[in-house]
Amino acid sequence: MSAERRSRVGLRVVALGYLAGLLLIPVGVVFYRTFEKGLGAFWASITTPAAVHALFLTLEVALISVPLNAVFGVAAAWALVRGRVPGKRLLDALIDLPFAISPVVVGLSLLLVYGRTGWLGPWLTEHGIQVIFSLPGIVLATIFVSMPFVAREVAPVLAEVGEEQEQAAATLGASAWQSFWRVTLPSIRWGIAYGVVLSTARAIGEFGAVSVVSGKISGETDTLTLLVEKRFQNFDLAGAYAASALLAMIALATLVGMTAVGSRRSES
Amino acid sequence: MIAVEHVSKRFGDFTALDDVSLEAPDGKLTALLGPSGSGKSTLLRVIAGLEVPDSGTIVVSGSDATRLPPQKRGIGFVFQHYAAFKHMTLHENVAFGLKIRKRPKADVNAKVGELLHLVGLDGFADRYPSQLSGGQRQRMALARALAVEPSVLLLDEPFGALDANVRGDLRAWLRRLHEEVPVTTVLVTHDQEEAMELADRIVLLRDGKVAQVGAPRELYEQPADSFVMSFLGPVSKLDGRLVRPHDVALSDRPEDGWEEAMVQRVVHLGFEVRVEMVRGDGDEISAQLTRAEAEALEPEAGSIVWLRPPASGVSA
Repeated sequence: MSAERRSRVGLRVVALGYLAGLLLIPVGVVFYRTFEKGLGAFWASITTPAAVHALFLTLEVALISVPLNAVFGVAAAWALVRGRVPGKRLLDALIDLPFAISPVVVGLSLLLVYGRTGWLGPWLTEHGIQVIFSLPGIVLATIFVSMPFVAREVAPVLAEVGEEQEQAAATLGASAWQSFWRVTLPSIRWGIAYGVVLSTARAIGEFGAVSVVSGKISGETDTLTLLVEKRFQNFDLAGAYAASALLAMIALATLVGMTAVGSRRSES
Repeated sequence: MIAVEHVSKRFGDFTALDDVSLEAPDGKLTALLGPSGSGKSTLLRVIAGLEVPDSGTIVVSGSDATRLPPQKRGIGFVFQHYAAFKHMTLHENVAFGLKIRKRPKADVNAKVGELLHLVGLDGFADRYPSQLSGGQRQRMALARALAVEPSVLLLDEPFGALDANVRGDLRAWLRRLHEEVPVTTVLVTHDQEEAMELADRIVLLRDGKVAQVGAPRELYEQPADSFVMSFLGPVSKLDGRLVRPHDVALSDRPEDGWEEAMVQRVVHLGFEVRVEMVRGDGDEISAQLTRAEAEALEPEAGSIVWLRPPASGVSA
């Protein structure tokens, strides 16, 4: 074995060992613990009314927030790359805010604005709208933390595609709207898809911000991540593992989706 | 006809166009020629509506188009880098403008077939731009621009991104196409040979201003100044004047009014031979001879020749 080959193998062992120690083994243990007592126990644990509700709430929140993020993300990327307006720098910095701020702080700030004693609290109460401790609050928190992904994925693609195709469409008679739908959108579709997948993964996995605003009402405002924590704190370890495994499986499915998108993207 | 009247355009501190006026006559091919930074591409984009001039007027077919968006100007635009719609087939690319205009499907298909035939891309309809060569992509872009039957065709360095031999072929092809389909055309190029070969009229630009307008021959034979003269072909300097090297006659014996020079270098350029000389006062000058002339004279480095200063030329 040559020195070069030895060092290459050595590097691989270190990289894989690092990944295994940090990711594979912990996640593997969760799966092991989950299925230790058989599939039946797992199934029973994830089909309790509280678990089913948490699963559907999680998916509902993702289904509302991800499309909104996609629309906002494309618009923001457009403004960043094509926009000729002042304040682009500010927008650029603001988009990354959710990456920089701790989710718990996000949750607290939502509480300060929409909570019963918050800025908009009295007005909301008057009009019978409940944001905090209900679905709107969870959606707001989720949107906030998963907002940057689409914009950050789409912006470089938009820059790379360039403006010429849009200008060509304009000279051929296409309105700005027609040009966007027929020329721009198809060129950036893999960027959007990639951003949507990342945004979805983040939305489903969010804990900190949601935990502050949801109120954790069992069967009402508990998402899957909150259910995991609740079961863990109630010493229902098997139940916590089962819910974690379910979360991990959803995450894995999104990752597989992302890899598929990634390979399509590198083809085009 | 297109008329550009007193158009100015600045980008920050840079003056791209400075009070430019010109006309592009109907059915003719007008070339906007100039070195890079002379404002020729900006002028074309202003005509297309892709840039808005700071001042001045653009008149297309008799009506003021200065404030019209590109969609409403009845133009076809061909970009240097093709601007092909990458996610569409050739057929879809060419059909784009017709579909926007909501033409019946049968008409669209017939028109696209006809255009692909015109540009010599029959049988390529289902290919994607990435499966075509640069020359093929540019012909597709031309078909796409012609599909909407524009009153004016604008070409922005259409052959600039192509290999020299493909460029030559496409140039000849465009000349024939323009004879077949005489759409009023404005071509931007920095290549004087391309402008001379293709254009009915040349507008030579320099630093955002019009240096001279005229037929290719006019510009070549009666250049307004030294810039026009040196941009349109090779020049030699003689007693403070610029002359064409092919106007410098050489002889191997002294004649009345001719000047003595020593040959420094003889360069064979295929059909022509360039003789580089130095005169008694140390000035360098070159003459361009045909092969037959060179064979009669047999100039070689170090030999003494006599040259006749040409009557034509402009002061440097």
